[in-house]
Amino acid sequence: MADTFASLALVPKADAPQSAKDFKTDQEVRWCPGCGDYAILAAVQSFMPELGVKRENIAFVSGIGCSSRFPYYMNTYGVHSIHGRAPAIATGLAISRPDLSVWVVTGDGDALSIGGNHLIHALRRNVNLKILLFNNRIYGLTKGQFSPTSESGKITKSSPVGSVDYPFNPLSVALGAEATFVARTVDSDRQHLQSVLRAAAEHEGTALIEIYQNCDIFNDNAWEPLKNPDTRDDVTIRLNHGEKIIFGSNNDRCVVRKADGTLGVANVADVSVDEIVTHDAHAADPAFAFSLSRLSHPETLQDTPIGVFRDVKRPTYEAQMREQIQTAEAVAGAGDLNALLHGKDTWDVL
Amino acid sequence: MSKEVVELDHVSIRFAGDSGDGMQLTGDQFTSTTAGLGNDLTTFPDFPAEIRAPAGTLPGVSAFQLHFGDHDILTPGDHADVLVCMNPAALKANLKELRKGGDLLINTDEFGKRALAKVGYEENPLEDGSLDGYNVHPIALTSMTVETLKEFDMSKKDAERAKNMFALGMLLWLFSRPLEPTIKFLDAKFGKKPTILEANKKALQAGWSFGETTESFATQFVVKPASMPSGTYRNIHGNLATAYGLIAASKRSGLPLFLGTYPITPASDILHELSKHKGFGVRTFQAEDEIAAIGAALGASYAGMLGVTTTSGPGIALKSETIGLAVALELPLIIVDVQRGGPSTGLPTKTEQADLLQVMFGRNGEAPVPIVAPQSPADCFNAAIEAARIAVTYRTPVFLLSDGYVANGAEPWLIPTEDSLPVIEPKFATGPNHTLEDGTEVFWPFKRDPETLARPWAIPGVAGLEHRIGGIEKQDGTGNISYDPANHDFMVRTRQAKVDGIAKTIEPLLVDDPSGSAKTLVIGWGSTYGPIQDACRNLRAEGIQVAHAQVRHLNPFPSNMGDVLKSYDKVIVPEMNLGQLNMLLRAKYLVDTIGFNQVRGLPFKTQELMDAIKEVASRG
Repeated sequence: MADTFASLALVPKADAPQSAKDFKTDQEVRWCPGCGDYAILAAVQSFMPELGVKRENIAFVSGIGCSSRFPYYMNTYGVHSIHGRAPAIATGLAISRPDLSVWVVTGDGDALSIGGNHLIHALRRNVNLKILLFNNRIYGLTKGQFSPTSESGKITKSSPVGSVDYPFNPLSVALGAEATFVARTVDSDRQHLQSVLRAAAEHEGTALIEIYQNCDIFNDNAWEPLKNPDTRDDVTIRLNHGEKIIFGSNNDRCVVRKADGTLGVANVADVSVDEIVTHDAHAADPAFAFSLSRLSHPETLQDTPIGVFRDVKRPTYEAQMREQIQTAEAVAGAGDLNALLHGKDTWDVL
Repeated sequence: MSKEVVELDHVSIRFAGDSGDGMQLTGDQFTSTTAGLGNDLTTFPDFPAEIRAPAGTLPGVSAFQLHFGDHDILTPGDHADVLVCMNPAALKANLKELRKGGDLLINTDEFGKRALAKVGYEENPLEDGSLDGYNVHPIALTSMTVETLKEFDMSKKDAERAKNMFALGMLLWLFSRPLEPTIKFLDAKFGKKPTILEANKKALQAGWSFGETTESFATQFVVKPASMPSGTYRNIHGNLATAYGLIAASKRSGLPLFLGTYPITPASDILHELSKHKGFGVRTFQAEDEIAAIGAALGASYAGMLGVTTTSGPGIALKSETIGLAVALELPLIIVDVQRGGPSTGLPTKTEQADLLQVMFGRNGEAPVPIVAPQSPADCFNAAIEAARIAVTYRTPVFLLSDGYVANGAEPWLIPTEDSLPVIEPKFATGPNHTLEDGTEVFWPFKRDPETLARPWAIPGVAGLEHRIGGIEKQDGTGNISYDPANHDFMVRTRQAKVDGIAKTIEPLLVDDPSGSAKTLVIGWGSTYGPIQDACRNLRAEGIQVAHAQVRHLNPFPSNMGDVLKSYDKVIVPEMNLGQLNMLLRAKYLVDTIGFNQVRGLPFKTQELMDAIKEVASRG
């Protein structure tokens, strides 16, 4: 554990060690039994002590949807807001208070459908927010309509003969929106999930973490190939910065650059070591991460990368805003209200 | 030749030209010079939504009217006494605004055949006798400007652009105003472009000299200073006063100001102004849309800032859901609605008062929000502070309901000192506020102050006060999610009672009835103050006694509202909508109030109001 996460440099440190229990509330958790949200909640609660900051300086902001009930179960400050708007509300909070660690919890409908605009603008601004996007490819709280990440042709209550919507790839969207940190993980893999949270906490700016989460009521087994011990190693590509991208239960598959410049998957046996692509999360050009985001097959989930796709440095919105305020104060001194109200052209009536 | 000097007690001047002719700047400059001489004044910029419609066309006409005098001036004047027309389009669009017999200054250089044809003049109005009822002054403004500037190394086109300064110089002479304030202004504006600076100064001076020597002007006018309370004054626009009021509220509350906004006419100038004042710790956030703008402002309020969002009617429609959230979260938030003509995009640059019912009721569920409406440009300052007081004291969103007329209009302002402004106390929660049966001290985010019914404002960063709030109905006290029927009924009534209770802290409705014998009350709200007051004074001068009250707090109403309404035989409610306050008054007080309504995108004219009031007063 780092002494201080870079994104938390201005957040007061905890006086004493904390435990997961410190982050649990007395509220009864109201998700369906078997919901992937439980695993994410437990993973986040047990990760929070690692931040090493005061609990009262952590805030969770959510929108609407099953995932957005999350703040009620975190013993921190929290706002359960309205549909799609959590990134906007959290932006106001984070800009105002650099002494806070601000987390956004959202879902595929909340973040990508009704709140798509706020998500992309938060990402391009690089506000110091950590956005946890629970993607279960379905609308849960409204009882089972297709979402913007549902597969084409999906049969749901609102698409009885199959959805004709084409889905978003959330990470491709984020990368197209100039995101500085983009990662993906899976609800049931606590170790991996926490490793991604750690990297996000280190990142100064907006971090988007897509968490593949299972809705066992309306879209059970949506991510099964990635979770089933029999298949997961063969379909999942685990990304580690600086390492050759090799995967498969026998480490027999790898990522290579194709003739057209995009990335593809090959058998290790068929290529030379030099041809195997080394993962570079710090690549300035988002094209590399974008190409990684396009590897997975949208239906079979074959060749799905997880881990940190992109993690690059860019000044945060609030740091730049603070600098402008400090410069203004340094140049002209703190504002003098009487001088402001007077302005330059006055006259006296005796 | 020395000219006759005539003293006027008031005069209204209208500048009209193409959008590119600089009429707004010319009007503003004449205004600030006039303000500096101690005249009272009211201005009315009247411009199109298009930035620059094709030159010489009717849609491209931009006008600025200024009414100034030696006594308190309440309106821009029903009709201008002097109209300056830079081209045929300006004449065609504005001649009806000039009183019969008024002075008409026309730039004859622009009255060629093509320019006339462009706006549908078959004959030259300068020659066909159609202007016979006016005192016409044909002036070759453009060519004289170009001639004046011939020694300058600039194109004819650039030289022509200084013709507004020539016109301004001429008007300044005509009304005996000094050139120095404009010279100072030009120095500041064009300091880095010496040729343009000198050309403009020269054109200004030439216009003045022309006024002095031309035989077209037989007289020069003086308007003496108005008698006003002693003190230091400045000229101020409504949007500027709103911005200053917000900064003042920030200072007087100790809460840093956070503006989350999205550009929209006619509110954007508040953003422009606030973005300049980072030295006051002001954070301005130009969001991706209206929804994000208010979302960020609400997030800032949660953080402990003075959260503000500024917009116009269409923006309010988009913000409605977040305003409902602010009602549910019970957090301070100031929502500035600078009203414009609607519905939909409507008339972006014109004024209207048709958002009252939208801000009053435009949310799902029972979601009461206090409303404060400024009555004049300078009053926006006080109204903004009052909105902040209510928001912070009662932990509630508050509407500051301005409009295009007060926002863009200007008037002299007796500058207050910081010390004289009210102090606003945020009173953040600092520790537990409730003891459980077992003696445990806890923090309850929805345990209310018994006096104000406000809940505690516990900002992140305070240990022991960690709590969760949201849009779902909350249990009284604990703030935990609750779907209990009786609790919901209680919470709905409590939020309403909290807003209703604000009436205890607002001043009673003040009735202006000098004779004390009026049987007819005229009641208005917001920017109609000037025209209504002007109409009432004129009627009294004619011997007709009428009372006038202007409502500043539209929700809740002042506690004496019902008594006031019931003490008059007739109550007339003029509004720039189809009767929105009228509907509220009738519904709440069961008084047979009578609406007088116009939705023309323009402020009321005094004479029209007088006629309407007289008609009502004379009914049996």
